[in-house]
Amino acid sequence: MENNKKVFYILLAPVLLWLVFLIIVPHIELLISSFKPNSGDGFTLENYSAFFADKIYWKTFINTTLYAIGVTLLAFVVSFPIAFYLTKVVSRKYASFLTLLLLIPLWIGELVTIYGWVTLLGDNGVINESLKFIGLIDKPLPLLYNNISMTIGLLYMSMLFMIVPIMTTLESLDDAMIEAASDLGASKWTIFRRIVIPHSMPGIINGSIIVFMLVIGDYVAPNILGGKSSLWFTEQIYNQFLSTFNWSQGAAFGFLLLGISSITIWMALRLSGQKLDKVGE
Amino acid sequence: MSSNILEIKNLSKYFDNFTALKDVNISVKEGEFISILGPSGCGKTTLLRIIAGFLQESEGDVLIEGKSMKGIPPEKRPVNIVFQSLALFPMMNVYENVAFGLKRQKLPKAEIKKSVLDMLSRVGLQGYESKQINELSGGQKQRVAIARSLVMKPSILLLDEPLSALDRKLREHMKVELKELQKEIGTTFIYITHDQSEALVMSDRVAVINKGLIEQLDTPHNLYNNPKTGFVAGFVGENNRFEVASRDGQKVVTKHGWQITKPDLDFEPTLMYIRPEAFIVDPDESMKGVEVFEADITTILFDGANTKMLVKPEGKDEILIALPQNAKFQALKQGDRVKVAVAHENIKCYKE
Repeated sequence: MENNKKVFYILLAPVLLWLVFLIIVPHIELLISSFKPNSGDGFTLENYSAFFADKIYWKTFINTTLYAIGVTLLAFVVSFPIAFYLTKVVSRKYASFLTLLLLIPLWIGELVTIYGWVTLLGDNGVINESLKFIGLIDKPLPLLYNNISMTIGLLYMSMLFMIVPIMTTLESLDDAMIEAASDLGASKWTIFRRIVIPHSMPGIINGSIIVFMLVIGDYVAPNILGGKSSLWFTEQIYNQFLSTFNWSQGAAFGFLLLGISSITIWMALRLSGQKLDKVGE
Repeated sequence: MSSNILEIKNLSKYFDNFTALKDVNISVKEGEFISILGPSGCGKTTLLRIIAGFLQESEGDVLIEGKSMKGIPPEKRPVNIVFQSLALFPMMNVYENVAFGLKRQKLPKAEIKKSVLDMLSRVGLQGYESKQINELSGGQKQRVAIARSLVMKPSILLLDEPLSALDRKLREHMKVELKELQKEIGTTFIYITHDQSEALVMSDRVAVINKGLIEQLDTPHNLYNNPKTGFVAGFVGENNRFEVASRDGQKVVTKHGWQITKPDLDFEPTLMYIRPEAFIVDPDESMKGVEVFEADITTILFDGANTKMLVKPEGKDEILIALPQNAKFQALKQGDRVKVAVAHENIKCYKE
């Protein structure tokens, strides 16, 4: 009994160290500095009031949030058929191979994959050059540096985190359940809406939370693929820390981002009638 | 036009280079309880899936109520399935599960409610409407699955080994319940199983399938007492199986050297079956048309009313004999020599 406890604490220690020193302490540090003026000591709310004072800040903030919600929905729409295909349609033999293919972008790293999209979409990129070659266009299409290219990049780097949780829940869906519904006269659409979607809801919610967090907190895709109009809030934070060296302001922005993502997820869980402790199942 | 509710005509099914079903013919009358009995992999589930429309036949035809089912999808066929895994919808409660099919037909709400409540009370689940599926016991889930299919008023209800997931006691109980439910409702049941006892107890007729072929389609009584093939004799009920080495006039000699007289044989048998209960221990001298032999008891297998013993006649064969539980046989013990008789008609010989 005594021994078991020792083992328990030894195993717990790394987790606790990680949580305390790499997550809790830096966050407290940042939280404190967000209530401090940029130079000198004291308590101030001006870092937060600056956010509401300048239109560019809160407009970017709202745009980023709405855009991240949109990309999450889009990720669901694109990922669900893929997950369904991989778990229910294709034979097991190929399914694991295809899933492995999906993982490849993760091995390479986000920066490289995003630059991959630049070489695809750029003025002298693969797509424009091919179109020019077959004579469909004579001037390159403006494919890069706009909201569409940014959305593609965000989708590409986050999609897998939607596909995998949905696949997990779909795998536990008994095929006989689909057959039973069909046997009882349900159309394909009804089966999808009444059986498949409700069954995979935990996976959908799980995937949506991860994708939303990844997208709203992403810096690389908006920075490299986005245009002037697609300013991402993380870029504002980056600017505060590294361009204007206003760390207190940056910290305040960081906490605003944390706040809005937490609120959005909480609302999404409320609206879908799911509970946070059930999502992991 | 015949009055048969289901007619399976010359049905064959091939998968790549594997024959799952070969020239199957079955006619089922309305209100019958038919079992399709066979070992796993014999093609019985394939047959069920073809009737339901989840699989396409390679040759032949399935007629339901006299109409060919060629090209008609599962949701348009007047049959419903109770799946082996039951396949209840865990995201819905009992009422929603049973109402699922009726809602698809866009019936008025009041009518759906009446049908569902009526069906739930028929299967003994009144008051369970708002229960979640995971709150139910195995037997209750079973009944919800049956109610969900029966509420659709199918011409035929197909049941794919629905009792196999239950423990033995409950299975015995559900057997009786299912048979009574069928009698009361009068729907035609086609019951797939590998358990011969389920098939014998519940069915009006049983089709025994082996390797895609129907070996015998008959009443449980005939199946048990007059099996047409060696496979049926061995598969249905308990049986003593002897491989026959040769025939010497009226004497059949087994591979292990036991000899027994079987008169009027007009073919060379390779297999011989004798039921454990066909043997009469310590027979009356006056009995006629029987074969009497002596054997040594090797083991007594006490199991209450099912007590049996293993005996060894001359040769190396071991014979299982059912022992009636009366005082006369209680003294029997291992090593005793007993006189055993068996009627000639109970000795069943087969070519293969």
